[in-house]
Amino acid sequence: MALNPADFAYLANYVKSSTAIILTPDKDYLVESRLAPVARRVGVNGIAELVGALRKNSSPHSEIGQLISEAMTTNETYFFRDVKPFDVLKTTLLPEAIERRSQDRTLNIWSAACSSGQESYSIAMTIKEHFPQLSNWRVRLFATDISKSMVERTREGIFSQIEINRGLPATMLVKYFTKSGSEWRVKPDLTKMVEASTMNLAGQWPLLPRMDIVFLRNVLIYFDLDTKRAIMKKVVTSLSKGGTLLLGGSETTMNVSSDFDRLPSGDSFYYKLKESAALPNSAHARGVRFGTSPAMTSQTLS
Amino acid sequence: MPTALVIDDSSATRMILARILTEIGYTVEKAENGADGLEKLNAMPKPELVMVDWNMPVMNGYEFIQNARALPQYDDVTLMMVTTETEIEQVLKALEAGANEYVMKPFTKDVIHEKLILLGLGAR
Ligand SMILES: C[S@@+](CC[C@H](N)C(=O)[O-])C[C@H]1O[C@@H](n2cnc3c(N)ncnc32)[C@H](O)[C@@H]1O
Repeated sequence: MALNPADFAYLANYVKSSTAIILTPDKDYLVESRLAPVARRVGVNGIAELVGALRKNSSPHSEIGQLISEAMTTNETYFFRDVKPFDVLKTTLLPEAIERRSQDRTLNIWSAACSSGQESYSIAMTIKEHFPQLSNWRVRLFATDISKSMVERTREGIFSQIEINRGLPATMLVKYFTKSGSEWRVKPDLTKMVEASTMNLAGQWPLLPRMDIVFLRNVLIYFDLDTKRAIMKKVVTSLSKGGTLLLGGSETTMNVSSDFDRLPSGDSFYYKLKESAALPNSAHARGVRFGTSPAMTSQTLS
Repeated sequence: MPTALVIDDSSATRMILARILTEIGYTVEKAENGADGLEKLNAMPKPELVMVDWNMPVMNGYEFIQNARALPQYDDVTLMMVTTETEIEQVLKALEAGANEYVMKPFTKDVIHEKLILLGLGAR
Protein backbone atom coordinates (compact mmCIF):
# COMPACT_ATOMS: atom_id res chain seq x y z
CA MET A 1 0.00 0.00 0.00
CA ALA A 2 2.53 2.53 -1.20
CA LEU A 3 1.55 6.18 -1.45
CA ASN A 4 0.26 7.47 -4.75
CA PRO A 5 2.58 10.01 -6.42
CA ALA A 6 0.50 13.00 -5.37
CA ASP A 7 0.48 11.96 -1.73
CA PHE A 8 4.19 11.20 -1.84
CA ALA A 9 4.90 14.62 -3.34
CA TYR A 10 2.77 16.30 -0.70
CA LEU A 11 4.55 14.42 2.07
CA ALA A 12 8.02 15.08 0.64
CA ASN A 13 7.20 18.74 0.36
CA TYR A 14 5.96 18.85 3.92
CA VAL A 15 9.04 17.06 5.27
CA LYS A 16 11.32 19.34 3.29
CA SER A 17 9.65 22.49 4.57
CA SER A 18 9.70 21.34 8.18
CA THR A 19 13.11 19.62 8.36
CA ALA A 20 14.92 20.28 5.04
CA ILE A 21 15.26 16.52 4.66
CA ILE A 22 14.94 15.52 1.01
CA LEU A 23 12.74 12.54 0.20
CA THR A 24 13.19 11.34 -3.34
CA PRO A 25 10.63 8.88 -4.77
CA ASP A 26 13.14 6.02 -4.43
CA LYS A 27 12.84 6.49 -0.67
CA ASP A 28 9.33 5.08 -0.64
CA TYR A 29 10.43 1.99 1.30
CA LEU A 30 11.87 4.28 3.97
CA VAL A 31 8.69 6.33 4.15
CA GLU A 32 6.65 3.16 4.54
CA SER A 33 8.74 1.70 7.31
CA ARG A 34 9.07 4.97 9.21
CA LEU A 35 5.48 6.13 8.94
CA ALA A 36 3.59 2.87 9.46
CA PRO A 37 4.23 3.07 13.26
CA VAL A 38 3.14 6.73 13.25
CA ALA A 39 -0.11 5.79 11.51
CA ARG A 40 -0.74 3.14 14.15
CA ARG A 41 0.07 5.55 16.91
CA VAL A 42 -2.34 8.25 15.76
CA GLY A 43 -4.96 5.59 15.01
CA VAL A 44 -5.38 5.88 11.28
CA ASN A 45 -5.48 3.05 8.83
CA GLY A 46 -2.20 3.10 6.89
CA ILE A 47 0.07 5.81 5.62
CA ALA A 48 -2.23 7.10 2.88
CA GLU A 49 -4.73 7.99 5.58
CA LEU A 50 -1.91 9.48 7.61
CA VAL A 51 -1.03 11.81 4.76
CA GLY A 52 -4.73 12.62 4.47
CA ALA A 53 -4.76 13.61 8.12
CA LEU A 54 -1.61 15.68 7.59
CA ARG A 55 -3.26 17.55 4.72
CA LYS A 56 -6.01 18.58 7.13
CA ASN A 57 -3.61 19.69 9.83
CA SER A 58 -0.26 20.57 8.35
CA SER A 59 0.99 23.27 10.68
CA PRO A 60 4.59 22.41 11.58
CA HIS A 61 3.56 22.48 15.22
CA SER A 62 0.65 20.08 14.86
CA GLU A 63 1.21 16.84 16.69
CA ILE A 64 0.81 14.78 13.57
CA GLY A 65 3.23 17.02 11.68
CA GLN A 66 5.82 16.71 14.41
CA LEU A 67 5.45 12.95 14.61
CA ILE A 68 5.92 12.65 10.87
CA SER A 69 8.95 14.94 10.83
CA GLU A 70 10.58 13.12 13.72
CA ALA A 71 9.93 9.77 12.10
CA MET A 72 11.72 10.87 8.95
CA THR A 73 14.93 11.76 10.74
CA THR A 74 17.70 9.16 10.75
CA ASN A 75 19.22 9.01 14.19
CA GLU A 76 21.98 6.47 13.59
CA THR A 77 24.94 7.36 15.76
CA TYR A 78 27.48 5.79 18.09
CA PHE A 79 30.21 6.73 20.52
CA PHE A 80 33.46 8.05 19.03
CA ARG A 81 31.99 7.60 15.57
CA ASP A 82 34.78 7.08 13.03
CA VAL A 83 37.35 7.59 15.85
CA LYS A 84 39.54 9.98 13.82
CA PRO A 85 37.49 13.14 14.43
CA PHE A 86 37.96 12.56 18.14
CA ASP A 87 41.69 12.08 17.69
CA VAL A 88 41.72 15.38 15.80
CA LEU A 89 39.75 16.95 18.63
CA LYS A 90 42.25 15.67 21.16
CA THR A 91 45.50 16.35 19.33
CA THR A 92 44.67 19.57 17.50
CA LEU A 93 41.32 21.27 18.02
CA LEU A 94 41.23 21.37 21.81
CA PRO A 95 44.89 22.33 22.31
CA GLU A 96 44.46 25.13 19.73
CA ALA A 97 41.21 26.36 21.20
CA ILE A 98 42.71 26.33 24.68
CA GLU A 99 45.48 28.56 23.43
CA ARG A 100 43.08 30.92 21.65
CA ARG A 101 40.90 31.23 24.73
CA SER A 102 43.53 31.35 27.42
CA GLN A 103 42.51 34.91 28.28
CA ASP A 104 38.85 34.37 29.08
CA ARG A 105 39.15 30.66 29.90
CA THR A 106 35.87 29.70 28.28
CA LEU A 107 35.27 27.09 25.62
CA ASN A 108 32.10 26.65 23.59
CA ILE A 109 31.71 23.41 21.70
CA TRP A 110 28.64 22.51 19.67
CA SER A 111 27.28 19.18 18.50
CA ALA A 112 24.86 20.54 15.91
CA ALA A 113 22.90 17.36 15.16
CA CYS A 114 23.39 15.44 18.35
CA SER A 115 20.89 12.60 17.88
CA SER A 116 20.76 10.59 21.14
CA GLY A 117 23.88 12.23 22.56
CA GLN A 118 26.71 9.80 21.85
CA GLU A 119 28.66 12.52 20.02
CA SER A 120 28.24 15.05 22.84
CA TYR A 121 29.33 12.56 25.48
CA SER A 122 32.27 11.40 23.38
CA ILE A 123 33.41 15.04 23.34
CA ALA A 124 32.81 15.34 27.09
CA MET A 125 34.80 12.16 27.79
CA THR A 126 37.66 13.37 25.59
CA ILE A 127 37.80 16.57 27.64
CA LYS A 128 37.61 14.81 31.01
CA GLU A 129 40.12 12.19 30.02
CA HIS A 130 42.81 14.34 28.41
CA PHE A 131 42.37 17.95 29.51
CA PRO A 132 42.35 18.12 33.30
CA GLN A 133 43.53 21.72 33.00
CA LEU A 134 40.05 22.64 31.76
CA SER A 135 38.48 21.74 35.09
CA ASN A 136 38.61 25.38 36.17
CA TRP A 137 37.52 26.76 32.81
CA ARG A 138 33.97 27.41 31.77
CA VAL A 139 33.45 24.64 29.22
CA ARG A 140 30.04 24.56 27.61
CA LEU A 141 28.97 21.72 25.40
CA PHE A 142 25.92 22.59 23.35
CA ALA A 143 23.89 19.78 21.83
CA THR A 144 21.05 20.47 19.43
CA ASP A 145 18.82 18.40 17.21
CA ILE A 146 15.53 18.94 15.44
CA SER A 147 14.05 15.90 17.15
CA LYS A 148 12.55 16.58 20.57
CA SER A 149 12.86 12.98 21.65
CA MET A 150 16.54 12.89 20.67
CA VAL A 151 17.23 16.10 22.59
CA GLU A 152 15.48 14.61 25.59
CA ARG A 153 17.63 11.50 25.34
CA THR A 154 20.80 13.57 25.08
CA ARG A 155 19.81 15.50 28.16
CA GLU A 156 19.17 12.31 30.13
CA GLY A 157 22.30 10.48 29.03
CA ILE A 158 20.79 7.02 29.36
CA PHE A 159 21.87 4.32 26.95
CA SER A 160 20.99 0.72 26.24
CA GLN A 161 23.45 -2.16 26.24
CA ILE A 162 23.36 -2.18 22.45
CA GLU A 163 24.33 1.49 22.40
CA ILE A 164 27.20 1.24 24.89
CA ASN A 165 28.53 -1.73 22.92
CA ARG A 166 29.07 0.58 19.97
CA GLY A 167 32.34 2.50 19.74
CA LEU A 168 32.75 3.14 23.46
CA PRO A 169 36.11 2.01 24.87
CA ALA A 170 35.61 -0.32 27.85
CA THR A 171 37.94 1.85 29.93
CA MET A 172 35.58 4.79 29.46
CA LEU A 173 32.50 2.69 30.12
CA VAL A 174 33.72 1.73 33.57
CA LYS A 175 34.87 5.26 34.33
CA TYR A 176 31.99 7.41 33.16
CA PHE A 177 28.89 5.21 33.36
CA THR A 178 26.82 3.52 36.00
CA LYS A 179 24.51 0.61 35.36
CA SER A 180 20.99 0.49 36.66
CA GLY A 181 18.97 -2.52 35.58
CA SER A 182 19.52 -2.83 31.87
CA GLU A 183 20.28 0.87 31.42
CA TRP A 184 23.63 2.60 31.38
CA ARG A 185 23.69 6.12 32.73
CA VAL A 186 26.31 8.73 32.02
CA LYS A 187 27.64 10.09 35.31
CA PRO A 188 26.38 13.51 36.40
CA ASP A 189 29.74 15.26 35.98
CA LEU A 190 29.37 14.61 32.25
CA THR A 191 25.63 15.22 31.88
CA LYS A 192 26.02 18.55 33.61
CA MET A 193 28.51 19.64 30.94
CA VAL A 194 25.93 19.19 28.19
CA GLU A 195 23.24 21.77 27.38
CA ALA A 196 20.73 20.15 25.05
CA SER A 197 17.95 21.88 23.16
CA THR A 198 15.91 21.53 20.01
CA MET A 199 16.95 23.48 16.97
CA ASN A 200 16.17 23.21 13.29
CA LEU A 201 19.37 23.87 11.39
CA ALA A 202 17.32 24.83 8.36
CA GLY A 203 15.02 27.15 10.28
CA GLN A 204 15.58 30.41 12.06
CA TRP A 205 18.48 30.11 14.46
CA PRO A 206 18.33 31.19 18.06
CA LEU A 207 20.99 33.56 19.28
CA LEU A 208 23.97 31.29 19.86
CA PRO A 209 27.09 31.89 21.88
CA ARG A 210 30.16 32.10 19.65
CA MET A 211 31.43 28.57 19.13
CA ASP A 212 35.08 27.50 19.20
CA ILE A 213 34.56 23.99 17.83
CA VAL A 214 31.57 22.74 15.87
CA PHE A 215 30.66 19.13 15.14
CA LEU A 216 28.28 19.16 12.16
CA ARG A 217 28.43 15.52 11.34
CA ASN A 218 26.23 13.26 9.25
CA VAL A 219 23.38 15.69 8.89
CA LEU A 220 24.12 17.84 5.80
CA ILE A 221 23.87 14.65 3.72
CA TYR A 222 20.10 14.75 4.11
CA PHE A 223 19.75 18.24 2.62
CA ASP A 224 19.89 19.74 -0.87
CA LEU A 225 22.77 21.95 -1.96
CA ASP A 226 20.99 25.26 -1.34
CA THR A 227 20.14 24.23 2.22
CA LYS A 228 23.69 23.02 2.84
CA ARG A 229 25.05 26.37 1.66
CA ALA A 230 22.60 28.37 3.75
CA ILE A 231 23.38 26.36 6.87
CA MET A 232 27.11 26.61 6.33
CA LYS A 233 26.82 30.41 6.00
CA LYS A 234 25.23 30.50 9.41
CA VAL A 235 27.80 28.11 10.85
CA VAL A 236 30.42 30.61 9.72
CA THR A 237 28.74 33.40 11.68
CA SER A 238 28.39 31.17 14.72
CA LEU A 239 32.12 30.46 14.94
CA SER A 240 34.64 32.46 16.90
CA LYS A 241 37.82 33.68 15.22
CA GLY A 242 40.01 30.66 14.48
CA GLY A 243 37.04 28.39 15.08
CA THR A 244 37.11 24.85 13.73
CA LEU A 245 34.60 22.49 12.18
CA LEU A 246 34.30 18.73 11.83
CA LEU A 247 32.03 17.18 9.22
CA GLY A 248 30.92 13.57 8.70
CA GLY A 249 33.02 11.06 6.81
CA SER A 250 31.17 11.58 3.53
CA GLU A 251 30.70 15.33 3.86
CA THR A 252 32.83 18.21 2.58
CA THR A 253 32.78 22.00 2.31
CA MET A 254 33.60 21.67 -1.36
CA ASN A 255 30.89 23.46 -3.38
CA VAL A 256 29.20 24.34 -0.12
CA SER A 257 31.38 26.97 1.52
CA SER A 258 34.63 28.72 0.65
CA ASP A 259 35.08 30.15 4.13
CA PHE A 260 37.16 27.27 5.48
CA ASP A 261 40.65 25.92 5.03
CA ARG A 262 40.95 22.16 5.03
CA LEU A 263 43.89 21.41 7.31
CA PRO A 264 45.65 18.14 8.05
CA SER A 265 45.85 16.60 11.52
CA GLY A 266 47.58 13.25 11.90
CA ASP A 267 46.26 11.10 9.07
CA SER A 268 42.96 12.99 9.10
CA PHE A 269 41.85 16.61 8.63
CA TYR A 270 39.52 19.34 9.84
CA TYR A 271 38.16 22.65 8.67
CA LYS A 272 39.30 25.97 10.03
CA LEU A 273 37.47 29.25 9.55
CA LYS A 274 39.46 31.51 7.27
CA GLU A 275 40.77 34.69 8.83
CA SER A 276 38.86 36.68 6.21
CA ALA A 277 35.54 35.03 7.08
CA ALA A 278 35.69 35.55 10.82
CA LEU A 279 33.37 38.06 12.45
CA PRO A 280 34.86 40.29 15.10
CA ASN A 281 34.59 38.61 18.48
CA SER A 282 32.56 40.42 21.06
CA ALA A 283 32.54 39.56 24.72
CA HIS A 284 28.77 39.59 24.64
CA ALA A 285 28.50 36.89 22.04
CA ARG A 286 30.33 34.41 24.24
CA GLY A 287 28.17 34.71 27.30
CA VAL A 288 24.80 34.30 25.64
CA ARG A 289 22.28 32.12 27.32
CA PHE A 290 21.15 29.30 25.18
CA GLY A 291 18.87 26.36 25.11
CA THR A 292 15.87 27.39 27.12
CA SER A 293 13.09 27.08 24.61
CA PRO A 294 12.81 26.06 21.01
CA ALA A 295 10.64 29.09 20.40
CA MET A 296 13.34 31.59 21.23
CA THR A 297 13.88 32.77 17.72
CA SER A 298 13.43 36.49 18.21
CA GLN A 299 17.08 37.30 17.67
CA THR A 300 19.07 35.50 15.07
CA LEU A 301 22.49 35.68 13.62
CA SER A 302 21.35 35.60 10.06
CA MET B 1 47.89 -11.49 6.55
CA PRO B 2 47.25 -10.90 10.25
CA THR B 3 46.00 -13.82 12.28
CA ALA B 4 43.38 -13.95 14.99
CA LEU B 5 42.26 -16.53 17.52
CA VAL B 6 38.61 -16.95 18.46
CA ILE B 7 37.87 -18.79 21.71
CA ASP B 8 34.26 -19.66 22.51
CA ASP B 9 32.54 -22.88 23.58
CA SER B 10 29.64 -22.15 21.23
CA SER B 11 30.46 -23.30 17.74
CA ALA B 12 27.88 -20.84 16.36
CA THR B 13 29.63 -17.89 18.00
CA ARG B 14 33.02 -19.15 16.85
CA MET B 15 31.70 -19.30 13.32
CA ILE B 16 30.11 -15.84 13.38
CA LEU B 17 33.21 -14.16 14.80
CA ALA B 18 35.50 -16.08 12.44
CA ARG B 19 33.42 -14.98 9.49
CA ILE B 20 33.50 -11.31 10.54
CA LEU B 21 37.28 -11.45 10.95
CA THR B 22 37.92 -13.42 7.77
CA GLU B 23 35.95 -10.84 5.80
CA ILE B 24 38.33 -8.11 6.87
CA GLY B 25 41.41 -10.12 6.06
CA TYR B 26 42.31 -12.15 9.12
CA THR B 27 43.38 -15.76 9.06
CA VAL B 28 41.41 -17.22 11.94
CA GLU B 29 42.12 -20.08 14.32
CA LYS B 30 39.45 -21.34 16.70
CA ALA B 31 39.47 -22.85 20.17
CA GLU B 32 36.71 -24.24 22.40
CA ASN B 33 37.87 -23.11 25.83
CA GLY B 34 40.67 -21.28 27.58
CA ALA B 35 43.01 -24.26 27.84
CA ASP B 36 42.49 -25.15 24.21
CA GLY B 37 43.06 -21.45 23.47
CA LEU B 38 46.42 -21.40 25.24
CA GLU B 39 47.50 -24.45 23.28
CA LYS B 40 46.44 -22.94 19.95
CA LEU B 41 48.09 -19.65 20.89
CA ASN B 42 51.34 -21.51 21.36
CA ALA B 43 51.03 -23.56 18.18
CA MET B 44 49.99 -20.84 15.73
CA PRO B 45 51.87 -17.80 14.38
CA LYS B 46 51.50 -15.06 16.98
CA PRO B 47 48.03 -13.56 16.48
CA GLU B 48 47.34 -9.85 16.38
CA LEU B 49 44.01 -10.34 18.10
CA VAL B 50 42.33 -12.85 20.41
CA MET B 51 38.59 -12.79 21.01
CA VAL B 52 37.60 -14.74 24.05
CA ASP B 53 34.33 -15.68 25.73
CA TRP B 54 34.12 -15.57 29.53
CA ASN B 55 32.08 -18.60 30.60
CA MET B 56 33.50 -21.82 29.19
CA PRO B 57 34.21 -25.28 30.59
CA VAL B 58 37.74 -26.43 31.50
CA MET B 59 39.26 -22.94 31.56
CA ASN B 60 37.20 -19.78 31.39
CA GLY B 61 38.11 -16.65 29.46
CA TYR B 62 39.13 -14.69 32.52
CA GLU B 63 41.66 -17.36 33.42
CA PHE B 64 42.78 -17.48 29.81
CA ILE B 65 43.51 -13.75 29.89
CA GLN B 66 45.43 -14.10 33.16
CA ASN B 67 47.46 -16.94 31.73
CA ALA B 68 48.14 -15.23 28.41
CA ARG B 69 49.15 -11.97 30.10
CA ALA B 70 51.62 -13.89 32.26
CA LEU B 71 53.53 -14.73 29.09
CA PRO B 72 55.55 -11.69 28.00
CA GLN B 73 55.80 -12.84 24.39
CA TYR B 74 52.07 -12.07 24.05
CA ASP B 75 52.24 -8.56 25.55
CA ASP B 76 51.43 -6.95 22.23
CA VAL B 77 48.51 -9.26 21.41
CA THR B 78 45.16 -7.48 21.63
CA LEU B 79 42.74 -9.37 23.87
CA MET B 80 39.03 -8.74 23.45
CA MET B 81 36.49 -10.27 25.82
CA VAL B 82 33.20 -11.16 24.10
CA THR B 83 30.70 -12.28 26.70
CA THR B 84 27.19 -12.29 28.15
CA GLU B 85 28.60 -10.90 31.41
CA THR B 86 27.35 -7.33 31.57
CA GLU B 87 28.09 -5.96 35.02
CA ILE B 88 30.56 -3.10 35.43
CA GLU B 89 32.50 -5.14 38.00
CA GLN B 90 33.16 -7.80 35.40
CA VAL B 91 34.30 -5.32 32.78
CA LEU B 92 36.68 -3.86 35.35
CA LYS B 93 37.93 -7.28 36.34
CA ALA B 94 38.61 -8.22 32.72
CA LEU B 95 40.43 -4.94 32.09
CA GLU B 96 42.51 -5.38 35.22
CA ALA B 97 43.49 -8.88 34.12
CA GLY B 98 44.75 -7.41 30.86
CA ALA B 99 41.85 -7.37 28.40
CA ASN B 100 42.11 -4.50 25.92
CA GLU B 101 38.44 -4.35 24.99
CA TYR B 102 35.10 -5.75 26.03
CA VAL B 103 32.05 -6.61 23.94
CA MET B 104 28.73 -7.63 25.44
CA LYS B 105 26.65 -10.31 23.76
CA PRO B 106 24.54 -10.05 21.72
CA PHE B 107 26.69 -8.14 19.26
CA THR B 108 26.46 -7.27 15.58
CA LYS B 109 29.12 -7.14 12.92
CA ASP B 110 29.14 -3.34 13.27
CA VAL B 111 29.92 -3.62 16.97
CA ILE B 112 32.99 -5.72 16.24
CA HIS B 113 34.11 -3.41 13.43
CA GLU B 114 33.71 -0.34 15.62
CA LYS B 115 35.75 -1.90 18.42
CA LEU B 116 38.50 -2.95 16.02
CA ILE B 117 38.74 0.58 14.63
CA LEU B 118 39.02 1.86 18.20
CA LEU B 119 41.93 -0.50 18.72
CA GLY B 120 43.56 0.58 15.50
CA LEU B 121 42.93 -2.85 14.00
CA GLY B 122 40.83 -4.04 11.13
CA ALA B 123 40.79 -0.78 9.16
CA ARG B 124 42.73 -2.11 6.26
C1 LIG C 1 22.61 10.49 11.52
S1 LIG C 1 22.33 11.54 12.90
C2 LIG C 1 23.94 12.17 13.21
C3 LIG C 1 24.28 12.15 14.68
C4 LIG C 1 25.73 12.53 15.00
N1 LIG C 1 26.04 13.87 14.60
C5 LIG C 1 26.69 11.55 14.36
O1 LIG C 1 27.43 11.93 13.46
O2 LIG C 1 26.71 10.39 14.76
C6 LIG C 1 21.48 12.90 12.11
C7 LIG C 1 20.69 13.78 13.07
O3 LIG C 1 20.33 14.99 12.40
C8 LIG C 1 19.08 15.41 12.89
N2 LIG C 1 18.48 16.35 11.93
C9 LIG C 1 17.88 16.08 10.75
N3 LIG C 1 17.43 17.20 10.19
C10 LIG C 1 17.77 18.22 11.01
C11 LIG C 1 17.56 19.63 10.98
N4 LIG C 1 16.92 20.21 9.94
N5 LIG C 1 18.02 20.36 12.01
C12 LIG C 1 18.68 19.78 13.05
N6 LIG C 1 18.89 18.46 13.14
C13 LIG C 1 18.44 17.68 12.13
C14 LIG C 1 18.31 14.12 13.06
O4 LIG C 1 17.23 14.27 13.97
C15 LIG C 1 19.39 13.15 13.53
O5 LIG C 1 19.39 13.02 14.94
